[in-house]
Amino acid sequence: MSLSKIKFDKKIVLSFWIILIALIIAAPTLLPVFRLNLLGRYLSLSIVALGVDLIWGYTGLLSLGQGIFFALGGYCAAMYLQITSSSEFPNNIPEFFALYGVEKLPFFWEPFRSPIFTFFAIWIIPALVAGLIGFLVFRNRIKGVYFSILTQASLLVFFNFFNGQQKLINGTNGLKTDVTQLFGQMVGSASMQRIFFWITAILVITAWFFAKWVVKGRFGNILIGIRDDEPRVRFTGYNPVIFKTIIFSIAGGLAGISGALYTVQSGIVSPQFMTVPFSIEMVIWVAVGGRGTLLGAILGAVFINYAKSLVSEALPASWMFIQGGLFILVVTALPEGVLGWVQGDGPRNLLQRFGLKRKIETYPSLEVNNKEENNE
Amino acid sequence: MELLFDSLFNGVAIGSVLLVAALGLAIVFGLMGVINLAHGELMMLGAYTTYVTQLIFKLPILKPFYNSYIIVSIFLAFIVSGVVGILLEKTIIRKLYGSPLETLLATWGVSLILQQFVRSVPLAYGTGLVISLIIGLFLPTTFPQKIKESINFKYFKFSSWIFAALSGVLTGGLISSTVSKLSRASARNVDVTAPSWMRGQVEILGTAFPKTRLMIIIITLISVIAITLFLNQSAWGMRIRAVTQNRQMSDCLGISTEKVDIITFGIGSGLAGVAGVAVSLLGSVGPNVGGNYIVGCFMVVVLGGVGNLLGTVFASFGIGIMTDLIGAGRLLSIWPDMPLPLSNTINFFATTSMARVMIFALIVIFLQFKPTGLFPQKGRMVEN
Repeated sequence: MSLSKIKFDKKIVLSFWIILIALIIAAPTLLPVFRLNLLGRYLSLSIVALGVDLIWGYTGLLSLGQGIFFALGGYCAAMYLQITSSSEFPNNIPEFFALYGVEKLPFFWEPFRSPIFTFFAIWIIPALVAGLIGFLVFRNRIKGVYFSILTQASLLVFFNFFNGQQKLINGTNGLKTDVTQLFGQMVGSASMQRIFFWITAILVITAWFFAKWVVKGRFGNILIGIRDDEPRVRFTGYNPVIFKTIIFSIAGGLAGISGALYTVQSGIVSPQFMTVPFSIEMVIWVAVGGRGTLLGAILGAVFINYAKSLVSEALPASWMFIQGGLFILVVTALPEGVLGWVQGDGPRNLLQRFGLKRKIETYPSLEVNNKEENNE
Repeated sequence: MELLFDSLFNGVAIGSVLLVAALGLAIVFGLMGVINLAHGELMMLGAYTTYVTQLIFKLPILKPFYNSYIIVSIFLAFIVSGVVGILLEKTIIRKLYGSPLETLLATWGVSLILQQFVRSVPLAYGTGLVISLIIGLFLPTTFPQKIKESINFKYFKFSSWIFAALSGVLTGGLISSTVSKLSRASARNVDVTAPSWMRGQVEILGTAFPKTRLMIIIITLISVIAITLFLNQSAWGMRIRAVTQNRQMSDCLGISTEKVDIITFGIGSGLAGVAGVAVSLLGSVGPNVGGNYIVGCFMVVVLGGVGNLLGTVFASFGIGIMTDLIGAGRLLSIWPDMPLPLSNTINFFATTSMARVMIFALIVIFLQFKPTGLFPQKGRMVEN
């Protein structure tokens, strides 16, 4: 019997949520500060993974440039923090500007003095940029591999731009948030980090429900239709461009939120967030977790990153081999990902192979459904 | 006039590196619809092959021929990258036929493994491994037809792989004991020094050109001509073109698409190796050397369109010349007294990295008008 077909009792669902929430509340006391910080960072990465899953798992658009939106969100948050805690520095602007002889805050940073603007900018700016890039690309029916390459190229373009502009955004050094103040507290302090962890956990759950809502119903059906046969969707009278642009900018917005959360927890945002390998890594989290399963994206992001930090601590050189192997393995042997395999016919096939389960001679889903009904 | 000539030469030099690197990518993409993200790493293998060849030619036995090592290394790099590419096709890419996005991810995995491989395996044993791959893959094909058809052929194959492995280990050991620089693994960059006849400059029409750049242009020219001749004159070239145009139909007419795929992928990867030789002449060689060029190659493929080498040629020279024009701010020196806002804009983009930004923007604008590149394939179908 496959997992997706099981209907859980309401009590079980409720107790699952209670345990989960209890774990989240108790995590800061259960885990040492270092591990808690890592967990918080990986949870924030799972939000960008959700976005990748929406565009790749559901709509079939493989973007290799999610790092752009991730970093944009991070820069928005970091710049706000830098500006609000710059009152001791000359000209009331962040310290690094003095290094390059800049005396006035560049005009586009002015609105970031306001916390409300920043709160919206963190997800709206990446979403707008994603929407613009997406629209320009989708409008010409550029898709498949071409789309992936163009997103990768635009990633590199953003990287080059951010890396070279010292006077505007401190270039390759990035923006530090560790020693900045938020509401009178140091961002890098343990108490503040604990709060960020909780915020992240809440936002992951919110983003999960949001993504579930997006893929439910007709909108989600059209997305899946675009993935499976785009010309047919177009011939049926829908305009795929609009749907693709919307979902791409949703993914961009999610990436922005994720980037902001990651930045405040890791203490710095820099153009390194826009390197090519990092953006492709996001895809592998989703691929391993199970594309087209939202929970898989979250679990994949957390577990792979945790494995990465554990392996890198023990054997630094071997992680590249393992990661490369994962890429190859997951597309050749496990295209559905771990969660997709569990929810699909994977376990049944495995049991059959060892002769532990009777083979089904007829159409599988029919057989299973009949049995379930008989049992009831 | 001289300024323009100089600028044109620089642009052509940049473009020719792009061209030789993108050529293989474009052919494979045209045929199989597959973008090989490990292409940059195949270039890196070519560059390292040049380095290894150079060190081996410094041995006393080969010392008299030292000056010709660069010519030898072009052929060796073609073979090394080609064999790795064939192995890649046989083991992974063939399984993913029809799902280009998955291929993209798998080849990225391969590229990570190759990068880490050159970091953590001594180059001598890497060479040994490549040699055993070459023997293992090609020895069985040289057996007489009688053996190939016998039921025991798999045993022959197996024993030839054992022979290959042994000879690989032997050569690896031999190289590591004679050339000390290759016996230890290192992640540091290495340098290829051009032979004496390639150093210095040549004067053409009153302008001095570095000889290495000229050499790269010559390598590119020869590669392009060779590939064009191969595709247009040979029987296998015709089959490749046929499969590129219509895979199912060619299959029906008795063309072995499997063999065509292997040959094309081998040649495409081999060309990456040749590009690696060119790259090794320009700067130091490291595990990440391919990554610097790969996105440029993608841009060439996107801009040039598939199925037509002419598109690749135009696109790479176009990008090369534009990079030089923008990156060096040459418009400013051609037209010194332009209005201030314009010259400020040009100065803003006059760095290598900002030139890339500008070029990308131009390509995206271009794609708004011609989404399928400079020379699209003609035909009527629902593209899918």
